[in-house]
Amino acid sequence: MRLTLRVWRQPAPNAEGRLVTYTADDVTPDMSFLEMLDVVNEGLTEKGESPIAFDHDCREGICGSCGMMINGVAHGPMKATTTCQLHMRSFKDGDTLTIEPWRAAAFPVIRDLCVDRSAFDRIIQAGGYVSVATGNAPDGNTLPVAKGDAEAAMDAAACIGCGACVAACPNGSASLFTAAKLSHLSHLPQGQPERYRRALMMVAQMDEESFGNCTWFGECQEACPKDVSIDEIARMNRDFWMASLFERDEKVSTGTG
Amino acid sequence: MELRSNIPSGPLQQKWDKHRFEMKLVNPANKRKYHVLVVGSGLAGASAAATLSELGYHVSCFCFQDSPRRAHSIAAQGGINAAKNYQNDGDSVWRLFYDTVKGGDFRSREANVYRLAQLSVNIIDQCVAQGVPFAREYGGLLTNRSFGGAQVSRTFYARGQTGQQLLLGAYQALEKEIAKGGVTMFPRTEMLDLVVVNGRARGIVVRDLVTGAITPHMGHAVVLATGGYGNVFYLSTNARGSNATAIWRAHKRGALFANPCFTQIHPTCIPQSGHYQSKLTLMSESLRNDGRVWVPRQKGDARGPGQIPEEERDYYLERKYPSFGNLSPRDIASRAAKEVCDEGRGVGPGGLGVYLDFADAIRRLGEDTIRERYGNLFEMYERITDENPYRVPMRIYPAVHYTMGGLWVDYNLMSTIPGLHVLGEANFSDHGANRLGASALMQGLADGYFVIPYTIGHYLASTPLEPVAPDAPELRDAVRNVENMGQQLLGIRGKRTVQSFHRELGKIMWEHCGMARNAAGLEEALRLIPAVREEFWKNVTVPGSGAELNQSLEHAGRVADFLELAELMCRDALHREESCGGHFRTEHETPDGEAQRDDSRFAYVAAWEYQANGAAPVLHKEALQFENVHLATRSYK
Repeated sequence: MRLTLRVWRQPAPNAEGRLVTYTADDVTPDMSFLEMLDVVNEGLTEKGESPIAFDHDCREGICGSCGMMINGVAHGPMKATTTCQLHMRSFKDGDTLTIEPWRAAAFPVIRDLCVDRSAFDRIIQAGGYVSVATGNAPDGNTLPVAKGDAEAAMDAAACIGCGACVAACPNGSASLFTAAKLSHLSHLPQGQPERYRRALMMVAQMDEESFGNCTWFGECQEACPKDVSIDEIARMNRDFWMASLFERDEKVSTGTG
Repeated sequence: MELRSNIPSGPLQQKWDKHRFEMKLVNPANKRKYHVLVVGSGLAGASAAATLSELGYHVSCFCFQDSPRRAHSIAAQGGINAAKNYQNDGDSVWRLFYDTVKGGDFRSREANVYRLAQLSVNIIDQCVAQGVPFAREYGGLLTNRSFGGAQVSRTFYARGQTGQQLLLGAYQALEKEIAKGGVTMFPRTEMLDLVVVNGRARGIVVRDLVTGAITPHMGHAVVLATGGYGNVFYLSTNARGSNATAIWRAHKRGALFANPCFTQIHPTCIPQSGHYQSKLTLMSESLRNDGRVWVPRQKGDARGPGQIPEEERDYYLERKYPSFGNLSPRDIASRAAKEVCDEGRGVGPGGLGVYLDFADAIRRLGEDTIRERYGNLFEMYERITDENPYRVPMRIYPAVHYTMGGLWVDYNLMSTIPGLHVLGEANFSDHGANRLGASALMQGLADGYFVIPYTIGHYLASTPLEPVAPDAPELRDAVRNVENMGQQLLGIRGKRTVQSFHRELGKIMWEHCGMARNAAGLEEALRLIPAVREEFWKNVTVPGSGAELNQSLEHAGRVADFLELAELMCRDALHREESCGGHFRTEHETPDGEAQRDDSRFAYVAAWEYQANGAAPVLHKEALQFENVHLATRSYK
């Protein structure tokens, strides 16, 4: 296959960026999208040009490093798939692909397709954990967890923090990311003591970053490579409002519901 | 140099308890006066950084990824072992210890492994308390699966994403400590040298991968938790960024490198599809619980798997190892796959593959049960190969997965440079010549949560550490060293890409230092590698400058280190004239093709000391004492 690529090139955070056209020759259907870019980069490097910078690491869809807009779609055309797991069989000979970084106010471009997603780490810092220090834990079987709750927690915990939800959202909202962590922990008994405080803190941090608000477009769940459901946002909103109505989190009744 | 393992005296079962009491403590009020530098944020690094901060130490943590949550521990699929005996099937700390020593083919330290088995139970408790969503039974209790190399079910898991969930637990604990101010996090930052002052590790030199700034960070102790060096083979299941630079540069500053040739080839990976291949993807070993491995009986059988009748299939693992069958340990299963492919019975492109067939399991348990157990792995397989494993058998082939070798450490996880501690895959300590499945996560977390918090306190409390002047010559020298190397790489402006050198090195290593090795091949590799290295330093091209985000420059530095490490691996493999675990020398096999150990000559840890100016490294030996386990020929038949 031969493809035309229009790739966002931006040498530095504050520099002007623009789309540059390249040709990708000898693309085979079994190549991954990133392997296709590797080949283009090899060619650029041999010519002494600077290769296209993009974040990537595990290349098996779990680390959450990679991500780009491919023809305006986060992670490209295949549903529930990260860019590294997208294969060129999704495209055909002669296609033109426009490849851009995540576009969101909260994710400034560092270079080319690399963006700064540290806002996600700060949301986790605000409360995305169970405050338990090493060494305090009771036996793992002390608290039974209903299978359904464990499965629901796992569904939410599957989030890889790639940022596709933010990039896909017309508002640039981080609601799906934030809700996924809240939901993971609120489904488990270990997450109950801090459940409402956590919702308040994480939502506050989300608002403090440059993310937009959720207006239920639903683009986030379409883009999510791990199929995290928009239902998690409803759950987040309920916990947030419960916590906001009752000023002190201790007063709010807890439960795994 | 005398290698002092510092293994506590006394009965095996009491060593760690006794040691914990004998170690000195740092007074709670004094802990914040100590600054610990933790390099790496995977299971070992994140758990260590978080726990040390909880104790009150001041911690700086560094990772090259954009967030600590992305470290390669995240990709571990199958599970984590613990001797909980929740299944009432005969497990115990002793059995986990025994299985691990035996699985490692009697090339690990008894005392370290026993401690690991003891701590395994605490890890599960800690992770559950953090909210790790382990798989559960309907009654709400934790469930287990079985794994290669064991006859009990002791593996805890979270679907096929166990590494991810454990890492998120450790990452969240780390973020909690960052929020509290105990840990300062430096993402997109790569360690490029170690600063040794008065013989002690006192700092590191790092490059900010966004701005290119090169700066020193000083502290009272350094902890390396930077993972393994499997990417020396170019193609491996490691993340693309995984590298040996931190441990290799520490090695060049005086830390001994132990058993570098002990590498693990994982039997169940997706076969390579083309020359552009950038990495190999692992399919969890847990698949071997329900999948049956086979190849056609006939050489060159070109029929599709469905056309080959049952009697013309060779379920070779079940045939050769009737008691462990498809659950034989990784080294054995990998070699068996290579053997049948070498015989011309491999399947798929190039004949480099064997089938992993779920048809029987689907008939027995139903597709839903199989989907529940392995759904995400099946999806991943289909995405990569465009084949549906519910309908046709998977094709798998071995790939480099883990490195048991690493920097030499004593019982306290301290290297031969005082103050330099090494955790997780980066050290050599617990897995001997072969690691059992679901044990890497266990070791990373045991080291980080439960070992280093004690042993580093002992080091700090018993060592007088003067402040290091900001203009200390050792510090300036390390910074200059890093700056020079960067300038040199950028200045060559040759004709070949970094990637092409890496690929060439990988081929040499896979060919001559891979699944099966022999003297002739290793000697050939030792001729080839220096030539590649020489050409690299004359003809590599690294575009751009050092003062920007420059991924080619990052890669170039890592490949330069792999080009040196590769030679040491071959040297180590050549000197070890026996077969053990993942190290299989074709000259040393039993009449039926199994590994032939030579305990009389090689029951030791080979720890290599770096020599400057291209001189040959010096070998030091730590004799392994087996007081509790009887040295036996490993048999899984």
